Amino acid sequence: MAEHEAAVHAHHPPTGFIRKYIFSVDHKIIGIQYYFLAIFSVIVGMTMSVLMRLQLGWPGQQFGFLKWIFPNAAADGTISPELYLSLVTMHGTIMVFFVLTTAPQGGFGNYFLPIQIGAADMAFPVLNMLSFWTTFLALVAMIGAIFVETGVVGPIGGWTGYAPLSALGEASGQKGQTEGVVLWIISIALFCIASLLGALNFITTMLNMRTKGMSLTRLPLSCWGWFTTAVLALLSFPVLLAGGVLLLLDHVAGTSFFIPANLYVNDKLITEHGGGSPIMWQHLFWFFGHPEVYIAILPGMGATSHILATFARKPIFGYRAMVYAIFAIGLLGFFVWGHHMFISGMDPRTGMMFSLITLTIGVPSAIKTFNWLGTLWGARIRFTTAMLFSIGFVSLFVSGGVTGMFLGQTSLDLQLHDTYFVVGHFHMIMGVAAIFGMFAGTYYWFPKMFGKMMAEGVGKLHFWLTFIGVNAIFIPMHIMGIVGAPRRYAFHWNEVTGEGFEYLKGIVPVTKFVSYAAFFTAAVQILFFINLAWSLYKGKKAAVNPWEATSLEWTIPSPPPHDNFGGHEPTVYHGPYEYSVPGAKTDFVMQTDPTGAKAGG
Amino acid sequence: MGKALGLLLWIITAAAVWMFAVKKWWFPESITEHGSLVDAQFMRTLFVVAAAFVLAQVALGFVVFRFGGGKQGAATYSHGSNKLEVTWTLITAAVFVTLGVLGQQVWASLHFHDAPAGSLTIEVTAQQFAWNFRYAGADGVLGKTDPKLMNDSTGNPLGRDSKDPAGDDDIVASTITVPANRPVKLILKSKDVIHSFFVPNLRFKQDLVPGMSINVHFTPMKPGHYELACAELCGAGHYKMKSYMDVLPEDDFEKWLKDKGTGK
Repeated sequence: MAEHEAAVHAHHPPTGFIRKYIFSVDHKIIGIQYYFLAIFSVIVGMTMSVLMRLQLGWPGQQFGFLKWIFPNAAADGTISPELYLSLVTMHGTIMVFFVLTTAPQGGFGNYFLPIQIGAADMAFPVLNMLSFWTTFLALVAMIGAIFVETGVVGPIGGWTGYAPLSALGEASGQKGQTEGVVLWIISIALFCIASLLGALNFITTMLNMRTKGMSLTRLPLSCWGWFTTAVLALLSFPVLLAGGVLLLLDHVAGTSFFIPANLYVNDKLITEHGGGSPIMWQHLFWFFGHPEVYIAILPGMGATSHILATFARKPIFGYRAMVYAIFAIGLLGFFVWGHHMFISGMDPRTGMMFSLITLTIGVPSAIKTFNWLGTLWGARIRFTTAMLFSIGFVSLFVSGGVTGMFLGQTSLDLQLHDTYFVVGHFHMIMGVAAIFGMFAGTYYWFPKMFGKMMAEGVGKLHFWLTFIGVNAIFIPMHIMGIVGAPRRYAFHWNEVTGEGFEYLKGIVPVTKFVSYAAFFTAAVQILFFINLAWSLYKGKKAAVNPWEATSLEWTIPSPPPHDNFGGHEPTVYHGPYEYSVPGAKTDFVMQTDPTGAKAGG
Repeated sequence: MGKALGLLLWIITAAAVWMFAVKKWWFPESITEHGSLVDAQFMRTLFVVAAAFVLAQVALGFVVFRFGGGKQGAATYSHGSNKLEVTWTLITAAVFVTLGVLGQQVWASLHFHDAPAGSLTIEVTAQQFAWNFRYAGADGVLGKTDPKLMNDSTGNPLGRDSKDPAGDDDIVASTITVPANRPVKLILKSKDVIHSFFVPNLRFKQDLVPGMSINVHFTPMKPGHYELACAELCGAGHYKMKSYMDVLPEDDFEKWLKDKGTGK
C-alpha cells in the first residue's frame, strides 16, 4: 500500500532554472514560494495597519509622508474616511487569506508534510504547482484592487464584504465599490479554488503516502494540524467560492441574490434588483469564515506542539487527546458560524444553539492548553527562539481564547458585537497567536529549508519585544470594546475638532497607547526581516539535526535533496516524541532508530 | 531565560487583570432592566474567564520558570495520563456549558416574547448616514409609505403616501425620544444597506436589514440624553452616523409628543 507508492513518486530533479525554481513541482520549492508570498503580503498588510493606527490615534491630522505614499488618495496629507475603510478591508483580506491561510499551510505544510511522513513529494505535484500559481494570480488581483479606484486602496466594506453594500457597485455611491470590489471578489474566488486544490493534495498525501511503519499514531502533531486544516478548507472554501460567484453576478450580471427590492440608495430608487437576501451572504460567508479561523490557527497548534515537545525534551503529553481535540475543534467549527450573526436579524432562536456549541469549543481548546502545560511539566526546557515563540503561542492562545467565552454568548453580544472587544479577541487568537506559530515554525525549520541557521540572539530579541508589543496592542482593545467603541470607525473622538462620540472621549489615551504599541511592534519586525535575509546569505551552516529532534525531516540533509530521502524509503519504528527515554543513549530517539527498543509508540 | 519569561508572563497577566479590575474604562451606565442582567452575566463570565486566564498563564509562567535551563538530569518521561485528560475535560465542559446556558436567559427574555401590551411603537428607518424615527401620532396608526415616493431632497425620506390620512399626524424625528419605565417597541428597517442600532447605555444592539422589518423591544428606566451609534459598516460616513436617544419622564414625554404633533 502506501509505502510502495512513495517510491513511484520519486522523480528526477529538473535542470532548467524555470522548471526548478519558478514552475516547480517540487513541494519544497512550492512551500518556499508560498512562504515568500506570505512574507510579501504580511509587509503590505502590516503597513496598512500602521496607517490605520496613525489615523485612529491622530484623526484627521496631516502627515507629509502620506502625500508621498498616496499622491491621489491623501493629496492633503490626511487619511479620509474612505481611505481608512479601504485600508481596513485590504488589511483584513490580505492578512486572512494571503498570510494566515498561506504561510502555515501552503508554506510549512507543503514543505514538511511529505517529509514528516516519509514521502518523496505530494501526491499530486502538478496540482500542487497549480495551487500555488492560482494563489499567486489571486494575489495579483488583490494587489490590483489597490490601484483601480482613486481615493481608496480597495473596497470599503470590510473583509466580510456584507451585501448589499458590497453588491450595489456604482449605485452604492461609495468609493471602492466598483472595479475595486470586482477585483476583490475575483481574487477571493481564485484563492478559494487554489485552497481547494491544495486541500485535496494534503488529504491524499497524508492518507496514502506514509512510509513504512508510519502509522497514524506515529504522525507528528504538525501533520495532524495540516491534515485537519485541509479537511476544513476542503469543506469551507467551496461555500465561499459559491458566495463569491453569486456576489459577482449581482455586480456584473444584474442578478439579485443578495439585493432585496426597492432599495433607496444615494437618493435613487433601485429598480433593477429585487428578491435577494442580504442575510444569505452572511450565512455563506460565515459558513466559510468560522472554519477559516481554525484554518489559520490549527497549523500553528500543530507546529507549536511539535516544537514544545522538541525543546521540552519530553514526549507530548496526551498525544491522542491532542489529536482528538484538533478533530473536535475542526468539527465543532462547522456548527458555530451563526455566532457572528446573533444580532444580524437571523431568527434569535437559532442563536441559542449556535451559542451553546460555540462555548463547547472551549473544551477541546482547554484540553490542548492543559496538555501543553503537561508537556512542559518536568521538562528540561531549551530556550531556543522557536521555543520562546511556541511558549508565546500558548500564552496568546489562552488570552485570545478565553474572551471567546464572552462573545459566544448571545446576551453579551448585545453589547460587545462589532466593538473593539471583537477586534482584540480575534487579533489575539487568529492574528498574533497564529503568527507566533509561523515565527516558531520559521525559527525551527529555517535551518532545514535553507541549510543555514538563523541568528538566535537577534531572534530572541525579536521574541521579547514582539511578545510585549502584541499584548500591549490587543489587551487594551478589549477595554475599548467594553466602553462600547464600535469597530470600523474612522475615529471615535477627535480631540482637535470635537467631533465624534462623547462617551468615547475617555478612551482617547488608550487609543493612542495602542497606536504607539502598534508602531513599536511593527518596527520590531524589521529585526525579523533582517535576520531572515542575513541568515539566508550569511547564516552558519546547519547540520542535519541541529535541534536534536526525532522526526523524519531531521534525518536528511539541510536542505534536503530533490526527492527528500535520496531514493530510499525510511522505516519508522517509533512515535514522534521519544525524548528522554530512560535507558536510551541520547535524550532523543529518532523515529527511524531501530534500536532504542524501550521507546513506546 | 526561563525565569525571565516566567516573570514576563506573570507581569502581563497582572497587567491584564489590572485593566479589567480598576474599571477606569468600563461600560457606560446601564439604563434598562435587561441591561443590569447583561452586566451581571458579564461579571459572572468575567470571574470564570479571569480564573481560567490567570490559572493558565500563572501555570505557564511557573513551568517555564521552574523547568527551564540549568536543571540537571533527564526530563520526566511520560506520555500523559488518561485520568487527568478525563478530569479536565469534564470540569471544563461543565463550567462552559453552564455559562452558555446562563447566558441565554437575557436573550430569551428580549427576543422570545413580543413587546408587552402598552408598549410605545416607533418605526426606525436607517439610511446612509442618518436615522429616521417615526411615531404614529394620536391615531396610533403609522401612515402608509411607498419606496417609490422616497425622496431625500424634497424632504420625504420615508416615502410617505400623502393620500393616506393615517399618516397626517405621524411624527418623524432624527433623534429618538422615549418615555422612562414604559416598554418601547421598535420596528427596524433600512432603506439602503445594513445598519445597526446601538445605544451602549441600553445594552442593546440590533441590525437593520434592507428588505426586512425586525421588531425588538426594551424598557429604558433612567431619564437622560444618550448617544446612539451605527454598529454595522454602512459606508464612508459610518463613523458619523450618530444620533441621540432622549429618555424623558412619562409626563415630559407626553408633552413632547403633543408639542411635536401640533408643531407641524
